[in-house]
Amino acid sequence: MINSLRYLSVFRVSAVVFSNGHRSNPGDADEAEGGLFKILLSVVLICSASIVVSAQLRRPVSNDPPDPAVEQRLAKLSQELRCLVCQNETLADSRADLAEDLRDEIRTQIRAGKSDQEIIGFLTQRYGDFILYRPPVRPKTYLLWFGPFVLLLAGLALLFRYVKRRRDMIEEQPLSKADRAQVEKLLSSASRKEIV
Amino acid sequence: MTRYLIPLVIFGVLVVFLAIGLGRDPHEVPSPLINKAAPAFKLPQLKDPSKSFSAEEMRGRVWLLNVWASWCISCRDEHPLLIEYARGGAVPIYGLNYKDKPEDALAWLGELGDPYVLSVSDLDGRIGIDYGVYGAPETYLIDQQGVIRFKQIGPVTPDVWRKSILPLAQELNRQGSTR
Repeated sequence: MINSLRYLSVFRVSAVVFSNGHRSNPGDADEAEGGLFKILLSVVLICSASIVVSAQLRRPVSNDPPDPAVEQRLAKLSQELRCLVCQNETLADSRADLAEDLRDEIRTQIRAGKSDQEIIGFLTQRYGDFILYRPPVRPKTYLLWFGPFVLLLAGLALLFRYVKRRRDMIEEQPLSKADRAQVEKLLSSASRKEIV
Repeated sequence: MTRYLIPLVIFGVLVVFLAIGLGRDPHEVPSPLINKAAPAFKLPQLKDPSKSFSAEEMRGRVWLLNVWASWCISCRDEHPLLIEYARGGAVPIYGLNYKDKPEDALAWLGELGDPYVLSVSDLDGRIGIDYGVYGAPETYLIDQQGVIRFKQIGPVTPDVWRKSILPLAQELNRQGSTR
């Protein structure tokens, strides 16, 4: 945590330096641009700092020594589960309190010899299918699972129809004898020139 | 004509879908616990930890279980409303003090008033997991048979109270008394 704070303050300093550099340019527009730049920069830096923090703070809550086999199963399982507090993070990545509690709960259940299926059942019973990153295939989710393929097929069908119509629009015009003779003459003269 | 109409129609459909998407709150996850039995618990009471309280004791009554904590900011917003509704007496409100320090919780109630018939302490949040709690405050309406009939995620608003919780609680009470 202290480390990450230090990161942040370094970033703050660099942001200030950047904006000061801008200030030497005269004109209000530059000022405004510098302000925006500063904000953008801080957003980017704060985000990257939080990645550093989350990497540092992931640790089991319980005091028992971690069992590698359990931890491995937990890691695999929690990659597939959504943290409900910060919904775009997996349970494995999230630092939310609830995620830590749920990881501990999963850990206990793994130790108790529950299967992955049973643990996932336990969680969906309480939090619903939403906790799964891979929603189960059932009538309610058909559109989600098969919709993209339906769209793809529809797109292909439209494309084929369009291409076919374009092709039908072009009439084949066979060469007349005179044209052919002229083409051959031109081609042969061209190839002779190339040799010379 | 159709040539220009088709993209317009597609655009229109897209706008409608996006507008619906914008209006929805992604944090509201439909609870799978609706119309299921409220998970059993037996926890120490906040004000007197030597006494316990269990969901079983509420059989035959319609009641609200409100998940709250002193660290929860939205709970503070919700609190005056709960006090008002508790005073109304339509439905008893019980508190599940979720992952809180009892001394903080008691200070909080002392400062802001206590709408709860009683609160129980879920110190490690284990009962919270059983109830699928993921963002306090959450409020459950539980019927005479111990079945969860309604769940409010986030603070109870006057709108939710007037349109959902109160009518449903009154309806359940009426059904219960004629049975």
